[in-house]
Amino acid sequence: MKAKEWLIERALLLMALSAVTSLALIAIFVLAQGLPIMLREGLGSFLLGHRWAPTKHAFGILPMMVGSTCVTLGALALGGPLGVACSVFLAEVAPRRVADVVRPAIQLLAGIPSVVFGFVGITVLVPLIRNHIGGPGLSVLAAAIILGVMILPTVISISQDAIEAVPRTYKEAALALGCTPWQAITRVILPAARPGITAALVLGMGRAIGETMAVIMVIGNAVKIPHSLLDPARTLTGSIAMEMGYASGEHREALFATGVVLFVFIMVLNTIVNLRLGRRREAS
Amino acid sequence: MRRVNPEVTHRAASVGLWLSAGLALAVLAYIIGLVLVRGLPAVTPHFLLASPERMGRAGGIFPTIVGTLFVTTVALLVATPLGVGTAIYLTEYARIGRLAAVIRFGAECLAGVPSIIFGLFGFIFFVITLQLGWSVLSGGLTLAVMVLPTIMRTAEEAIKAVPASYREVSYSMGATTWQTVTRVVVPAALPGIVTGIVLAVGRSVGETAATLFTAGASLRLPTSLLSPTRTMAVHFYILAREGLSETHAYGTAAVLVVLILAINTLANWLMLRFRAKTQ
Repeated sequence: MKAKEWLIERALLLMALSAVTSLALIAIFVLAQGLPIMLREGLGSFLLGHRWAPTKHAFGILPMMVGSTCVTLGALALGGPLGVACSVFLAEVAPRRVADVVRPAIQLLAGIPSVVFGFVGITVLVPLIRNHIGGPGLSVLAAAIILGVMILPTVISISQDAIEAVPRTYKEAALALGCTPWQAITRVILPAARPGITAALVLGMGRAIGETMAVIMVIGNAVKIPHSLLDPARTLTGSIAMEMGYASGEHREALFATGVVLFVFIMVLNTIVNLRLGRRREAS
Repeated sequence: MRRVNPEVTHRAASVGLWLSAGLALAVLAYIIGLVLVRGLPAVTPHFLLASPERMGRAGGIFPTIVGTLFVTTVALLVATPLGVGTAIYLTEYARIGRLAAVIRFGAECLAGVPSIIFGLFGFIFFVITLQLGWSVLSGGLTLAVMVLPTIMRTAEEAIKAVPASYREVSYSMGATTWQTVTRVVVPAALPGIVTGIVLAVGRSVGETAATLFTAGASLRLPTSLLSPTRTMAVHFYILAREGLSETHAYGTAAVLVVLILAINTLANWLMLRFRAKTQ
């Protein structure tokens, strides 16, 4: 009996290590493929090089870094305020019956495959931008709008949790002092929920920067630094997905190196979120 | 400076908040509506049961449905025991401590890794290093790693929600930890655990970036774990990107969206039922 229990505990421990092991394997294999070329080319010329012509031995990923940054910031600028507004609505304003319908409906957005967003993007949004705003349509703007919608479920659910975790007494005290509900929200509840809301935005950022399929369909994928929102651009993820199918040798290594940059960036964001959310959990 | 009456600001802000929620819902309804209205007319029994012709310009999508089914099944068969085992270990054996914290941190990080990175990893690890090639197995294993955190976190939440008194009764009757886990805790947490598995199915079915370079893009009907295959999501992506056929792209999208809505609604329903029972 004792021996059996001991064996089971060890077996469960091994299973429990699967997530950490997977993460380590991903880090090791992606780094092993990507790091050598980064070091050979020099970190500076890889990260800050303007020219990406992998078949002619030019490996500069600056245009893609700028592209990724632009669409991510654009997505945050659009999806961030809307997401936080929706979470305030769900947590503070909506009657219970409305919230019970709206919340799961918005979570359905999270389940829609990214290729579907991309397809709606090229068939509806891109022509709309081309005909009414200008440029080729395939643009940073189109990608930012699509990503802004895609990060909504993440932003909404996490910041709603943060708002609901603020003790009721805070709001009641504010109302008792004669605040309108809106004043209570902006001066008491939102400041108290700030760490959680920040975490929600950072996670949304992680989703936006890592999104691949929806973005390649609407952004045009031109390897150049965009000068306006209406210019086409290319993201780090897009570069990998577009070229991985036929790349070999140094070219493939350069794509893995692009993956390394992305991976490091995401891990930094994850760590920030974990520290932030961890602190909040300890505080409450 | 003229002060705006706080009552007026409050009214205006409420209207603004209702409008933002309305906007989010309208976008959702528009996307689903568009795909269904344009796609459903193309979905006929022939479309579902025939093989694609001329690269998908004509014919049906049958092999991609089978491919999706195979890849998802492999992913679940691998990820479910690992995820549920981890959850049991964390809640019933380790509870607190540094190791548990490391495991949770690892799972959180894994959940945040973008799917294209899973694609890169699956390609270099399963396809190249383990020499599984572009296959159902490579694709399924890559997806298993991807959905592992989903299954694990949902199972952990579900097991945590089982009242402590259940365990106390079991232990007081002389049951071992494992007996308590298998006969009391897991049965009580089952609907919650199943919710996580259903959510994982939804993620696997809709995934493109992680399967494109691991399962391949072959349109032939997969016959073994080592045959290359093309999932529905990848097929849809190729149809849309290469501009092969808008009708067929919308048709595939409609099948995909209906399937995923059904899966997520099922998960939601299970979760509600589970909450009602444990509270």
